[in-house]
Amino acid sequence: MAEPKDPLSMRCPESMTAVAASTTSLGTRAPAALTLRVVAECSRSKARACELRLPHGTVATPVFMPVGTQGTMKGVTAAQLDNLGCRICLGNTYHLGMRPGPELIQKASGLHGFMNWKRNLLTDSGGFQMVSLLALSEVTEEGVRFRSPYDGAEILLSPEKSVEIQNALGSDIMMQLDDVVSSTLTGSRVEEAMHRSIRWLDRCILANQRPDQQNLFAIIQGGLDPALRRKCLEEMTKRNVPGFAIGGLSGGESKEQFWKMVTLSTDQLPREKPRYLMGVGYATDLVVCVALGCDMFDCVFPTRTARFGSALVPTGNLQLKKKQFAKDFRPIDEACTCPTCQRHTRAFLHVLLHSNNTAALHHVTVHNIAYQLQLMNAIRTSIVEHRFPEFVQNFIKTMYGEVGHCPTWAVEALQSVGISLS
Amino acid sequence: MKLSLSRVVQGCRLGTLSNLGKKGDRCMEFPGCLLYTRTGSAPHLTHDTLQVISGVPAMTQLTLSSLAEHYEILEEYKEGIGKFIGMPESVFYCSLHDPVNPCPAGFVTNKSVSVWGVGGRLEMTVAKFMAIQQALQPDWLQCLSDGEALCADASSSKRAKKSVDRTLAFLDECLKLQEQSEVLRSCVMIGVIEGGDILEERLRSARETAKRPVGGFLLDGFHGDAMTKETRLRLISSVTAELPENKPRLICGIGQPDEVLECIEAGVDLFESFFPYQATERGCALTFSFDYEPNPEDMVLQQNGQKEGEENGEHIDKIITTKCVPETSFEINLKEKMYRDDFGPLVGGCSCYCCKNHSRAYVHHLLVTNELLAGVLLMMHNFQHYFGFFHAIREALRKDRLGQLKELIYRQAC
Repeated sequence: MAEPKDPLSMRCPESMTAVAASTTSLGTRAPAALTLRVVAECSRSKARACELRLPHGTVATPVFMPVGTQGTMKGVTAAQLDNLGCRICLGNTYHLGMRPGPELIQKASGLHGFMNWKRNLLTDSGGFQMVSLLALSEVTEEGVRFRSPYDGAEILLSPEKSVEIQNALGSDIMMQLDDVVSSTLTGSRVEEAMHRSIRWLDRCILANQRPDQQNLFAIIQGGLDPALRRKCLEEMTKRNVPGFAIGGLSGGESKEQFWKMVTLSTDQLPREKPRYLMGVGYATDLVVCVALGCDMFDCVFPTRTARFGSALVPTGNLQLKKKQFAKDFRPIDEACTCPTCQRHTRAFLHVLLHSNNTAALHHVTVHNIAYQLQLMNAIRTSIVEHRFPEFVQNFIKTMYGEVGHCPTWAVEALQSVGISLS
Repeated sequence: MKLSLSRVVQGCRLGTLSNLGKKGDRCMEFPGCLLYTRTGSAPHLTHDTLQVISGVPAMTQLTLSSLAEHYEILEEYKEGIGKFIGMPESVFYCSLHDPVNPCPAGFVTNKSVSVWGVGGRLEMTVAKFMAIQQALQPDWLQCLSDGEALCADASSSKRAKKSVDRTLAFLDECLKLQEQSEVLRSCVMIGVIEGGDILEERLRSARETAKRPVGGFLLDGFHGDAMTKETRLRLISSVTAELPENKPRLICGIGQPDEVLECIEAGVDLFESFFPYQATERGCALTFSFDYEPNPEDMVLQQNGQKEGEENGEHIDKIITTKCVPETSFEINLKEKMYRDDFGPLVGGCSCYCCKNHSRAYVHHLLVTNELLAGVLLMMHNFQHYFGFFHAIREALRKDRLGQLKELIYRQAC
């Protein structure tokens, strides 16, 4: 039987069945748990609208993925989240790996079964949380060594361990364990982390026991150094992973450096695979990074800020606890179709937010998730209808009033892909 | 408003209240309970999660203590509290205080009563009280009253007499102001029966209040530990014997299933539903059975928190985690370690959103990790369970099975 030529394959030819069943060698093609169909592309910028097919259903991109850290979307039920149109959300491997732990979740039929979420789930590797949440963590070639904050036990999170936990969680997309360094760091540590992330990617690919059901994404590193980024891109795109994330950004770096790394990355990432920009969720950042060619985004910001009574609107945000809203009998946003805006006024939410009834937080969380999803939907529709540049111009005008108030980095980033704001 | 009594069984009244609400088109069965709210919203619940619950009562309880400080906003809003809180379809009863948050005693005078909101103490004269009610526009309102007869250490018949005198004086003044307000004339005034633990005062309060044109009666001051159960029930029966049959009797501060049944036998019609909220705040799920005619198989499913063959283990867990001991015997504490890997529903056979979609293990996880969803899911289950209990009471009265229901409930009370 003739076998298709696979230039990346390093194996000896095998039968088709063996190819289908084989799961772990570098460059082996397993049955696709992910397909991306590019539906429309902006003729000027790098924006695209796609259809992402995953084991738990289709996701329209560009997409914003709300973060449900500990197997829950912060006071919003799975049914409510589904009704808002969410088709993919995040769970955190670090948190869930600690409590309740992978064994229990596996018993519960994976994270989908445990939280009763029938749509898609993406889990991160746990690496970022450990480095950011734990005072004492040590990175070696083996993995990240740290002390559990719950019982003080010493734990090693290796690429293999991270994938093992994510396999137990059963997420549709899982992230490689990467060697995360702060984006403001310079010097040899950044280069070391970039090379190690490549080696850890290979170990993660090998460790994935369920490539036909769970998609392992690579994470491009390299800090703010274009040469390191390019090297990382060159190497990681040689691996046959179903998707790529752009990592190591969304830290303390300047927006100027940020967008340049994003656009450099998308330039070198394959067209037919999704590009996931991690940790980005502010409206302006989403619009600009879609223009730069990103498909998927996640951020705790919308849900976290909701719990402080801050509601997202096209002109920015409303701090609903403030006195100015006490007698404001309009909904948060007249044009918003979410359940909160359909039924409640700013004045009522103001009153409720000053009580200890948690329902107040849930109202705003529902709205903020709806806001993000509606924004992405509007972006996508404008791409499909070939008017994305006009959409961007309108968005900026609404958000900033005058073009002069729009942050310089955003103007330049959009300019770089042919969208002018004057 | 019309009250139709369909039967009276061993002192328990079964019937319907109809022509409720501004349009006069709502109705409510009794014995029953009202939907408990905090600052105008069911605790933890938005409209979406509330409407998924079966058996939500037609009447919602609002508390003046949580809303009074906002009355200027409501005055400007003009359309009443129902629309303001996003529940335009509900019928509202506005009580003075919140049954869950006791307020400091010693602030009732001949001229005023105080409530405590987020911003502190709000003192209300009759005029102020009625002005606030004019802005809220509830369907039923608890009249301004002196509920502190038993607040001091020693019960005194002088204090009890004062509570009755003051409450009647407040009632007469409020009724006068109600007459003068077109908006308030469509509200139903609920007269409040006071008198502490002194029988003559209770009787006087009942008889005198019944003479006034009130739409119903609230039996106040029977909650807490101030009197023994026997005294309480004796007094309640004596009071209800003096009240007209055709007007509803409410009681505040009583929520435990066994106490609810006792009060119904003593002639009470309507209760609050703060009890399921308190269970929720403890991290507990109501699990008591009210299925007095169960299938033999269902009996196993409904046993409180027991997994088969694990009685000993459960006992040991309870010793180790004494901090998690449930408040009452009508519930299980989902924080207990034994639920960590219990993938069954909170209550077998329960059709609430939580039991249909989630497990004890998941709720346990949410509680251990301090997640907001724990409160949402537990509130949904606890409300539905509690409303189901009242439905069972009405069914038992309809089918002459009260004795069996009582026996089942008292068996679980300890």
